[in-house]
Amino acid sequence: MTMASNPLHGLWTLTDRELKKWYKAPVVLIVTLIQPIVWLAFFGKSMNMASIFTNGSVNIPGLNIPKQIIDQIAQAYLKSTFGTTDYFSFLAASMVAQITFFTAMNSGMSIVWDRRLGVLDKLLTTPVPRGSIIMGKVLNSVLRSLAQATIVLIIATLLGMKFNTSLTPLGFALSIVGVYAALTLLALGFSALYLTLALRSTNWQSQMAIINLLNMPLMFASNSFYPIKMMPWWLRPIAYINPLTYVNDVTRGLLLGISTFSVPMDFLYLAVFAIAFSAIGIVLSWRFLSEG
Amino acid sequence: MLGDSAIKAINLTKRYGPILAVDHINFEVKYGEVFGFLGPNGAGKTTTIKMLTTVTRPTEGTALVGGYDIVKQPAKVRESIGVVPQDFTSDEDLTGWENLMMIAGLYGIPKREAKERATELLDLVELSHAADRKVETYSGGMRRRLEIAMGLINRPRILFLDEPTLGLDAQTRAAIWSYVFRLKEQLGTTIFVTTHYLEEADQYCDRIAIIDHGKILAIGTPRDLKKVVGGDVVILQVAGNPETAVKVLQNIDGLSDVRIVEGFIRFKVSDGSRAAPLIFDVLSKAGVRVTSIAIKEPSMDEVFMEYTGHSLRDEWGSREEAMAMRRIVRTARR
Repeated sequence: MTMASNPLHGLWTLTDRELKKWYKAPVVLIVTLIQPIVWLAFFGKSMNMASIFTNGSVNIPGLNIPKQIIDQIAQAYLKSTFGTTDYFSFLAASMVAQITFFTAMNSGMSIVWDRRLGVLDKLLTTPVPRGSIIMGKVLNSVLRSLAQATIVLIIATLLGMKFNTSLTPLGFALSIVGVYAALTLLALGFSALYLTLALRSTNWQSQMAIINLLNMPLMFASNSFYPIKMMPWWLRPIAYINPLTYVNDVTRGLLLGISTFSVPMDFLYLAVFAIAFSAIGIVLSWRFLSEG
Repeated sequence: MLGDSAIKAINLTKRYGPILAVDHINFEVKYGEVFGFLGPNGAGKTTTIKMLTTVTRPTEGTALVGGYDIVKQPAKVRESIGVVPQDFTSDEDLTGWENLMMIAGLYGIPKREAKERATELLDLVELSHAADRKVETYSGGMRRRLEIAMGLINRPRILFLDEPTLGLDAQTRAAIWSYVFRLKEQLGTTIFVTTHYLEEADQYCDRIAIIDHGKILAIGTPRDLKKVVGGDVVILQVAGNPETAVKVLQNIDGLSDVRIVEGFIRFKVSDGSRAAPLIFDVLSKAGVRVTSIAIKEPSMDEVFMEYTGHSLRDEWGSREEAMAMRRIVRTARR
């Protein structure tokens, strides 16, 4: 009876509990993968920017431009807009952040269920630190996100995602590690944020509402589908504070060789985001996880 | 370090908005005792347990549990207690075994020892056969038994049971009490239990506190509490207006506490069967016809009525009211 001094005590027990639910129910995994795969396969494969210019012929009366020139102009425009002529790879790179974001959002739900089903009542009577109750869920969400991101990356590659050709095998391996590090920070920050929002909630509907409220705007107010420079001026500030933007920049920078900011700066921003929200989550869980 | 008492509540108070759920209660529980908290739903039993087990902070006052202050040393308290809450708290997605191992992990019990204890406890609560089944497939009685095993995994010196037999059939209720008793006998565990089953409190508790509307009205052994009622309780039904009968009865020597409870006339007398003929006589002379009579040795129900002025059974009967009360409390908590 001397374990209460260790602040990490019980953390793995709680993480393991969450992970069990997941690897023992592959259906959950498959369902959460559907959305990014739909984006990739349906949207990514159809919204083929290059084919807008190169598919078929344009006939402007009075002008006779050879197809070759049109193609060259198109390539140049794509390159200057997206940093690559391969829009599919541009989009696919953002999908790993997307899946991480979705997974993190749902972690808030699990604490609502724990409260409703009484599990939380039990946890609160054990000597486990309150912070561990939250961080166990955060850690679960991180590990889950990384596993799902891996699957998304594999599927994207199968569908034709092309990586930076100048990468050596070692460089590629290091890039993947870098991407995972960025995803870890993103998952940490977002799951801590959503869990904090759910600390006192017993109502899963309101939690769903919060998720849906933030889901679309954060997705579209980021560089996931288009570069920030294409956005109207009033949307740009949101994109610039949106952590998704920076993870996408890391992924594209490391895997595709196109980075708008600089990768170290991206990491700095993500680290601040992750640490700040984890700290807020831990502090508030001591205060608010218990009743009154 | 142990001190004299397992639990000592000092002006323990909990307020939810305008509702005083627990109102400055004081009591002591000795080591090795089975201490019952008896009262209707909404009386403040669960709130008291939640405060004693550090799930909820008291608004005012405090308590010592296992010698530790629930407000100042909640971590110490949590290490020395086991809790079986009223609601089911096991994780439905996991098996019974996994639930036990998880709770063991939270108490920092080493894996090997946890396995030993889990095996032993599942055997004790007769769930060994269902250990590897998901909890969502368990029946109510099985879940309750698993909850008890979970509450015992850390070998607590003090065990809190909140309505451990609520909603269970008589057979399972008896089985659960026999587990509780075994704990007390074999391990010397102090047990704090809340219940609204009068018979259970009477039969199994060393001492009982009667709580109603957040206040403790009496504390004592079941025998002492019954003694307070004094003699037998007689319940009469008369044709016509009971008020007239009450007036007549109030003038008879040896009868005390004559009143009308839910249409019946109720009074106390030292020896009910001897007094009955005399009472018939006096009443018929006064023109009152007795339609039925019941003479009862005091039960916990009588004790409860003595202190609260109402029957616990009726209170429990008006379930609607209790549920409404709970809803109010829940809303106030938000």
